[in-house]
Amino acid sequence: MRDVAVVGFAQRQMEEFDGSPTCVELLVPLFAECYEQTGWTRKDVGFWCSGSSDYLAGRSFSFVQAVDAIGVTPPVNESHVEMDLAWAMYEAWIKIQTGEVDTALVYAFGKSSAGVLRRTLALQLEPYTMTPLWPDTVSLAGLQARAGIDAGLWDETAMAEVVNRSMGDAEKNEYAVRKGASSVEELLARPMYADPLRKHDCAPVTDGAAAIVLAAGDRARDVRDKPAWISGLAHNVDPMSMGTRDLTRSPSAAVAAAGAGVDGVEVAELHAAFSHQELVLRRELGLSDDVAINPSGGPLSGNPMFSAGGIRIGEAAKKIWSGEAAKTLGHATSGPALQQNLVCTMEGRA
Amino acid sequence: MAKQPAAVIGIGQTHHRAKREDVSMAGLCREAMDRALEDAGLTLDEIDAIVVGKAPDLFEGVMMPELFLAEALGAAGKPLLRVHTAGSVGGSTAIVASSLVQAGVHKKVLTVAYEKQSESNAMWALSVPIPFNMPVHAGAGGYFAPHVRSYIRRSGAPNHIGAIVAAKDRNNALKNPYAHLHNKGTTVESVMASQMLWDPIRYDETCPSSDGACALVIASEDVAASSPNPAWIHGTVMRSEATSGAERDQVNPQASRDAAAVLWKQAGITNPIDEIDMAEIYVPFSWFEPMWLESLGFAEPGEGWKLTESGATALDGRIPVNCSGGVLSSNPIGASGMLRFGEAALQVRGQAGEHQVDGARRALGHAYGGGSQFFAMWVVGSEKPSS
Repeated sequence: MRDVAVVGFAQRQMEEFDGSPTCVELLVPLFAECYEQTGWTRKDVGFWCSGSSDYLAGRSFSFVQAVDAIGVTPPVNESHVEMDLAWAMYEAWIKIQTGEVDTALVYAFGKSSAGVLRRTLALQLEPYTMTPLWPDTVSLAGLQARAGIDAGLWDETAMAEVVNRSMGDAEKNEYAVRKGASSVEELLARPMYADPLRKHDCAPVTDGAAAIVLAAGDRARDVRDKPAWISGLAHNVDPMSMGTRDLTRSPSAAVAAAGAGVDGVEVAELHAAFSHQELVLRRELGLSDDVAINPSGGPLSGNPMFSAGGIRIGEAAKKIWSGEAAKTLGHATSGPALQQNLVCTMEGRA
Repeated sequence: MAKQPAAVIGIGQTHHRAKREDVSMAGLCREAMDRALEDAGLTLDEIDAIVVGKAPDLFEGVMMPELFLAEALGAAGKPLLRVHTAGSVGGSTAIVASSLVQAGVHKKVLTVAYEKQSESNAMWALSVPIPFNMPVHAGAGGYFAPHVRSYIRRSGAPNHIGAIVAAKDRNNALKNPYAHLHNKGTTVESVMASQMLWDPIRYDETCPSSDGACALVIASEDVAASSPNPAWIHGTVMRSEATSGAERDQVNPQASRDAAAVLWKQAGITNPIDEIDMAEIYVPFSWFEPMWLESLGFAEPGEGWKLTESGATALDGRIPVNCSGGVLSSNPIGASGMLRFGEAALQVRGQAGEHQVDGARRALGHAYGGGSQFFAMWVVGSEKPSS
């Protein structure tokens, strides 16, 4: 395997983006930030890959106009996944592993506020027997949270503790769209939203975009003193069927973690869009109690669809660049109730 | 670091039809997958990873359908990727699957591309009014007709060239049991007599709307060693260009020319027309055959139509093109690119049946998408690549 590192990261998170669902207006400044961080121009980028969803944009081929943000000539070595940024990064990592290219810039975008997100995501379900019932995302997450409470795996207090810590940490994150610590008691006194979920247990509907830069070997060392070297990158998927899987578990997250190798991780950014999902993921990833979880404030402070998973990797990489941690982990998920999961571990090296 | 060798050892496709009401989306994919696995002599359990490709989700009305399909496609407990690069997606998906093997990450990858267009209406899905944009409502034919008119003006090609392509491909399709259209008795004259849809594109010069899928098993060198006839991957390329750009040449896009140059270099090919034995080229409207022949370097600019007119692109010609019947005879959009890649592999494996080109040893698979901004191509050969 070639040594590949995360060497650039830029993000935007906002409650409502006042622009097109293709978000080209967000991508141009994001790319500019990546060029500034790396000292590169677009011609230094060997491969481009994006992640987005046509259903979120309300049109076919929503990624086509995003390519315009790269610029006109020359044409680029480029691909697109109908997945989160983290999987676009996986495709780019693979491309670098083939030896075809040494560098990549991956990006993703989504305007969640363009429709009613919880309804839009119902179109992700099995179309013959589930979608016609329109079970929305928040309600499905509520069922998952309830299953865990009924099984004695967590309680509402444990969920509120996740929220309280996240909201406190989010105060230091300039991109957070929801922030501000209170207390577990105060959180538990707030009204139910989708029992047992309160509104703060659910990630805010967030618009945004993000970009990650990868480089191999010396190209990475040229960019940064402490590149975030990817020590493990793996992903896996579970069956969707909500009726047959144990909603308190996420086997694919455990397989991805085993594939990536989580030993020695000090900081983990988890793509848990609902407070109880952090509790599921801690268990599946096998993270010990001394691992710092979501110091950025995590998805409960901002969850732009199709970039929020990649943002976890970017936030985890920043901890390596700054020297705050020697090994970190970024996690991404997709599908209802933690169906599909990706784990990326990164290390600083002397 | 060099790419690890990779080869196609299993190919499967569905019988393509306007409406496959006998199968679900999962059933359609499994029909192609099961054939590919049988061809490869593998079971689904032995596959390391699954790569799914399809065009816009609006074609079936399911957001990211690979998630609900995961279990039926045997992806549960495995890595699953979903590629979407417009009409080129079938080709791009095969390339992504290949790269998993070429990177040394997996040894046995199954990739499937599909479209079940009867679930929705492709023309509607392509023309849905877009926020912040003026609606065009042109569909694909209306979009590409001006490109074809421009080609005719620039090249001075006679008006019947498109009909030659259509008659050839529709007759080739009669030799392909999987093809959607089996229109017997198609002639240049009958094509010319068909209804004009988007001048100069006539009804018989357009692709159908199909339900269908294609699947490939791509394997590492050691796995491919047990295959009697692997199709070795000699080169892969993807290139994209921006939609907006005053200097864009939509008749012969730079992304296409750049892609071809990179591909031929990778495959060690200096003179494509002599060194490539057959080509499966993405031709959704007849005139794109001469257009792409030029862009790919099989003919000089302005000369592609002469190759077509001379019969060089016929099954027994100098450079047979779309012996399977091509996109003009079967067009499940998301799968159409992979069908081109798969048909090229079938040819170098000597498995193309009645539409086999005698002694085909190196073949081109080609796909394009969007408004000619997205290109994916590969060269496969019966011999292991030397470098």
